[in-house]
Amino acid sequence: MVNTQVDLSGLVLDNPVIPASGTFGYGYEFAELYDINILGSFSFKGTTREPRFGNEPPRIAETASGMLNAVGLQNPGIDKVISEELPKLRRVFRKPVVANISGFSIDEYAQCCERIDKEEQVGLIEVNISCPNVHCGGMSFGTSPQSAAEVTRAVKTVTKKPVYMKLSPNVTDIAAIARACEEAGADGISLINTLMGMRIDLKKRSPVIRNVTGGLSGPAVFPVALRMVWQVYDAVKIPIIGMGGVSSAEDVIEMMLAGATAVEVGAANLVDPLASKKIVEELPRVMERLHIENLTEIIGGAHHG
Amino acid sequence: MFDTVFEVATNREIARGTYEMVLLGDTQGIRPGQFVNLRLEGFYLRRPISVCDYGDDCLTLIYKVVGHGTEYMAGLKKGVKIDALTGLGNGYDTSVSGDRPLLIGGGAGVPPLYALAKKLLSEGRTPGAILGFNTKDEVFYEDKFRALGIDTYVTTVDGSYGIRGFVTDAMDLGYTYFYTCGPEPMLRAVYRKSVTSGQFSLEERMGCGFGACMGCTCKTKTGHKRICKDGPVLTKEELAW
Repeated sequence: MVNTQVDLSGLVLDNPVIPASGTFGYGYEFAELYDINILGSFSFKGTTREPRFGNEPPRIAETASGMLNAVGLQNPGIDKVISEELPKLRRVFRKPVVANISGFSIDEYAQCCERIDKEEQVGLIEVNISCPNVHCGGMSFGTSPQSAAEVTRAVKTVTKKPVYMKLSPNVTDIAAIARACEEAGADGISLINTLMGMRIDLKKRSPVIRNVTGGLSGPAVFPVALRMVWQVYDAVKIPIIGMGGVSSAEDVIEMMLAGATAVEVGAANLVDPLASKKIVEELPRVMERLHIENLTEIIGGAHHG
Repeated sequence: MFDTVFEVATNREIARGTYEMVLLGDTQGIRPGQFVNLRLEGFYLRRPISVCDYGDDCLTLIYKVVGHGTEYMAGLKKGVKIDALTGLGNGYDTSVSGDRPLLIGGGAGVPPLYALAKKLLSEGRTPGAILGFNTKDEVFYEDKFRALGIDTYVTTVDGSYGIRGFVTDAMDLGYTYFYTCGPEPMLRAVYRKSVTSGQFSLEERMGCGFGACMGCTCKTKTGHKRICKDGPVLTKEELAW
């Protein structure tokens, strides 16, 4: 028997597999197909203080081995998430959930995190300072160490649960930003969010996505994500949730060897709603094949000296 | 939503650039106006295709070749297996149709109305149909609608077949309700011309096709709707046109 348990700042997960925010809604659609309680946890749809429609469509474009999205943080707002979605979510998912919070000002981050921190169902708060789709918004917080630290401090002051800062890959030095978050009190780092990209429709001679740019995800970004997890692991002591193009149990192991304690699965859920289930089920078999008894033993295992 | 595997039985061109694919497999839970989302080898995102017709173990899809994905589909041979998500979308509500509902389809929007016509007939209604195309070469399924005993009118924009003009040029007949599917400019014209309530099947670029990614949301009078999950069928009253 292999042990797939991992520990995120005191939150013990049965396995490291966590569907990523924005690719799993509030879990209902997936619960139609399988018992989602087999997951380590899942990160619910990014939530802001006010309800948001997001960007005008088209919001989606296909790419080689991936996709672009510019949803733009569509969500019903923190009030409705707490009063409506969380009670509904409880019916399909009994484990602690990861609350993904986004914002456009330090105050908004702090207010939303303070409120979600009081929710019993929430096991961990993932603060998105990296969404590339919102003009004059989240992007700036995640692109400088100072503003990333400011958000971290503001959130940490008003919360008791573990706070993981979710970083943007669209920066020159991801390690510096991760370090700034750690120094400001972050309990962990979550990375990567999507890479900014675009596509052009040849017949229309205009961008496919109305927002012009969108966030690239899917297997195409996996090596980039892996490299950044590796760099951040070298830069900080706090745990890392690694994500970006993860599509198989092998990818999970690879992310963990690079330094991740847990792993989020994103775009894969959208093309195959059973992707996360398959990864959870495949993981023990892959561990046996690779002679891994305890998953925690391999975290950062590819860093030698 | 169901996750299943179909096998291609036939796949042939039935009008210029338009293909009919018959698939064998599990069709449980499928309703008129819904769509299936097909996983195609070499393409990251699935391809959503509306349901044209279905029986206990066979499913008919009609699609127009418009890009690399549908081009790939056109080349699929008998016996090829396709991973599909089925039972997607809300489908048409037939309970409000009245006795003489009108079916208005444009081009690749005609197929979902065929399964709907069969359902309405089975419920004792007398539907009429207007099928609009650009030109004669692109006309399909006129005979299939007629074979059901439905009064069917065909329009072509260039007048090469049937009534010259748009579907709205054939709408001057009595009807109790309408169901429509087609390109957005056509849907908007139907919206303006129609004198009863009705249902519109809409299209939008989708990520997942089952409500998780919020990639296809549109604004309506009754809130934000995911075309894939809360639609693709919206009522005239919901549309903010």
